[in-house]
Amino acid sequence: MIRLQAEPFDPGALLTAFCEGRTQTGAVVSFSGLARGEAGAVTDLELEAYPGFTEAEIGRIAAAAQARFGLDDLMVVHRIGRIAPGETIVFVATASAHRRAAFEAADHLMDYLKSRAPFWKKEHGPDGARWIEPTEQDQADAARWD
Amino acid sequence: MVRVLLFGRLADVAGWRERTVDPAPATLSALQRLIGADDPQLAEALAGVGVRTAVDQVLSRGDVSLDAVKEVAFMPPMSGG
Repeated sequence: MIRLQAEPFDPGALLTAFCEGRTQTGAVVSFSGLARGEAGAVTDLELEAYPGFTEAEIGRIAAAAQARFGLDDLMVVHRIGRIAPGETIVFVATASAHRRAAFEAADHLMDYLKSRAPFWKKEHGPDGARWIEPTEQDQADAARWD
Repeated sequence: MVRVLLFGRLADVAGWRERTVDPAPATLSALQRLIGADDPQLAEALAGVGVRTAVDQVLSRGDVSLDAVKEVAFMPPMSGG
């Protein structure tokens, strides 16, 4: 399941729902990414997506990850719009028969989401606003899976 | 007629996020020249490192024909999570 939403969400509730009713899955891994306040330098984040295209692009990488790691299932929920420090920006969960595939798939999906999924991120703070571009580390992280 | 979308800092540089170009130019490169023609800052930003294009919501590589195309998006480097 892939979803973009403007409203805040509870990652714990998503994880509980994701685990429910699984009798063949041996491992579930989840990752929650939170907005950092950077000691007051960031008052909020603004996430922009390309409606339709962003979901489709994440869907393509999710399908590839599902095949590559042999996942039973996966979930990606990503915020758009204004996000306050402490709120969850992104939630990823993966389910597989054994733990290694679930860990690796979650790591892979997050590396992809950081630098290759169609999102644009702006930091707002007391000193104004600036667009955030992926760092060299983000690019290197994503390239590990190529 | 083609709908042109700008995302991220490209929209801030241009001062617009969406406009319609009618008639549509023959190619993506011609469209890029057209929208940058009266805005040197936008022209420079569009030519920047890592700017990608999507034609009818499919990532494009190099120049492509805009024949029957409805929507073109110019996208700066992506950053989620």
